[in-house]
Amino acid sequence: MSGLSLHKRLENNAGLLVFGILVVSSIGGLVQIIPSLTQESLKTPIGNTQVYGALELVGRDIYVREGCSVCHSQQIRPLLAEVKRYGPYSRAGEFVYDRPFLWGSKRTGPDLHRIGGKYSDTWQKVHLINPRSVVENSIMPGYPWLAVRPASSTGNIQANLRALQRLGDPYTDADILEAPAKLEGLMEVDALVAYLQQLGTGFDNSMADNHGAEH
Amino acid sequence: MSENQQIIANEYYHDGVVRFLVVCSMLWAVLGMGAGVYVAAELIWPEIDFGQFWLSFGRLRPLHTNAIIFGFGVSALMATAFYSVQRTCHVPLPTLRLAWVTAMLWQICVLSGGLSLLAGMNSGKEYAELEWPFDIAIAIVWISFGVVFFSTIACRRIKPIYISNWFYGGLIIVIAMLHVVNSLVMPATLLKSYPVYAGAQDAIVQWWYGHNAVGFLLTGGFLGMLYYFLPKLADRPIWSYKLSVVAFWSFTYAYIWAGPHHLHYNSIPDWVQNLGMVMSLILLAPSWATMINGIMTVSSASEKLRTDPALKFIVLSLAFYGLATFEGPMMAIKSVNAVSHFTDWTIGHVHSGALGWNALIVFGTFYYLVPRLVDAKLYSVRLANIHFWLALAGTMLYVLSMWGAGVSQGLLWLSLDEFGEPSFSFKDIMASMPPYYMLRLLGGFTFFLGTLLMIFNLVMTMKGRPTVRVRPPKITATGEAQ
Repeated sequence: MSGLSLHKRLENNAGLLVFGILVVSSIGGLVQIIPSLTQESLKTPIGNTQVYGALELVGRDIYVREGCSVCHSQQIRPLLAEVKRYGPYSRAGEFVYDRPFLWGSKRTGPDLHRIGGKYSDTWQKVHLINPRSVVENSIMPGYPWLAVRPASSTGNIQANLRALQRLGDPYTDADILEAPAKLEGLMEVDALVAYLQQLGTGFDNSMADNHGAEH
Repeated sequence: MSENQQIIANEYYHDGVVRFLVVCSMLWAVLGMGAGVYVAAELIWPEIDFGQFWLSFGRLRPLHTNAIIFGFGVSALMATAFYSVQRTCHVPLPTLRLAWVTAMLWQICVLSGGLSLLAGMNSGKEYAELEWPFDIAIAIVWISFGVVFFSTIACRRIKPIYISNWFYGGLIIVIAMLHVVNSLVMPATLLKSYPVYAGAQDAIVQWWYGHNAVGFLLTGGFLGMLYYFLPKLADRPIWSYKLSVVAFWSFTYAYIWAGPHHLHYNSIPDWVQNLGMVMSLILLAPSWATMINGIMTVSSASEKLRTDPALKFIVLSLAFYGLATFEGPMMAIKSVNAVSHFTDWTIGHVHSGALGWNALIVFGTFYYLVPRLVDAKLYSVRLANIHFWLALAGTMLYVLSMWGAGVSQGLLWLSLDEFGEPSFSFKDIMASMPPYYMLRLLGGFTFFLGTLLMIFNLVMTMKGRPTVRVRPPKITATGEAQ
């Protein structure tokens, strides 16, 4: 049977056509995704990588809510210029508690993966509320509402931690119980700064054996 | 007259739901492109969000992409799928009520989803930003879209399933698969959830989804539109049937592998990146096979190309399709991607596809479809011709300015001085962008203006006229359509 006459059967039979499309379109995804989901090194934390504390998690949820990843990447590529500009390149094991991942696809602003500790808390707060007061000509939006909303209003922190615990992230019941107390008296901007300040700090010198510049 | 013929004599194609979807698609175009122009302006004058959270770039930009892809794009795809599947199967939609329910619920999903984005409900996954309750609603509406479409095919009165239906079918099946797998989350509350995948694994699944939403929605779905409306407009069959068969299956097979090129040099395994790169290069073949097939179909109808604005739009969209599907594989080469990744070049590439290919083919299709839906002449051919030039100029300005911006960002970021340190600070590179961003805004605005002209033109064409009632062709005793 020639290829075309075989195809005649497909295009005369809707069921076969649907089945054919389903099979042909699944192969690539199966080959790439199944081994990736089972690869241990992609889900094993390295260095100092730890789960997010309650305040940091609230900060991260705000980062997602405000769409920060639309303009900022969190992914330093193993290219010399990139490592020089931002610091050690990003490793898969640093992201194992990132749900969702926030590597981004566009750098309208700079990469933030190793931003933690580079600026003071005060600078970060002022900058978030009015970027142009500290960076002339910045085109980043200001986020004045973060200064007036309590961190406890961002979502249900206990329900959020419980969901992450169910997914297997190592939170204890005590962590969940104590979470609301950790937000007390703090604003959303404090939470976001706490998140920014720990970004990239999972890296430690044990991982620094190669600087990633050899590519 | 047999009983069967009696039924046929009394039935008409259901075009009311098509008309409804065309109108919705045009409304989404206004909202989506308007939001696009606004966010482009925010990148020049950041103060114009006036400190309002719902006008903030990070919330408005997902609204822009969602309104364009799922509002403008999918409404147009549903409209043309319903229109063409009836005519290629010689049978009215057997599930008319479900078709209406699908069309309306889809609009409710996109509208409420868009509002939820402004309110800050965002899952954080690009092109899949809506939270889990919307994801479930979308899955249900999508299945009912499939039921309407495939039940029409099941009732068809001509045996072979026409090629446009393979592409629409591929759209429905593959998008359902991508949506379900990528949206698997653990709900925390009604408003918040966390993906079951984390970090690098989440990235691989997300770009398998993200790339193939482009593949099977913005490419495959619109190829279905092309394969029905291009031969109609050119008034001749598609140039090569064999080429379309080969192109369809190789497209369906190869596209799904290409997602990892969105993650070159990122923290995912090298073998996944390399496989993604190779398959992206291979993808050039089926993409250009389809483009060549389309161009050859019109090549003998050049007289119509001079007079028919609808055909002009579709042929230009094919040219941009060829451009974008060449540029894509080039950007998927790792050494090119080292420069292009994270820059405005990506934005330019997306828009040469979204403006040049998707929007233009929809415009061409609507200029053909709307007068036929109400059995009238187009209100103004002259306005349509002006629209053509506005759309072309707008797209070119957009794409050229983003090439300029993107290539300079990419090269300047990577540039090192004689001491091996970065030559330019990020801030200084950023400071050289406003001229490019102004040109982009001008391009986007020009394109938007053209779209408004089209909507005025088509509304005037439709105004006060009822939807036509077209009968399926009569069936002879041998079952052959006449």
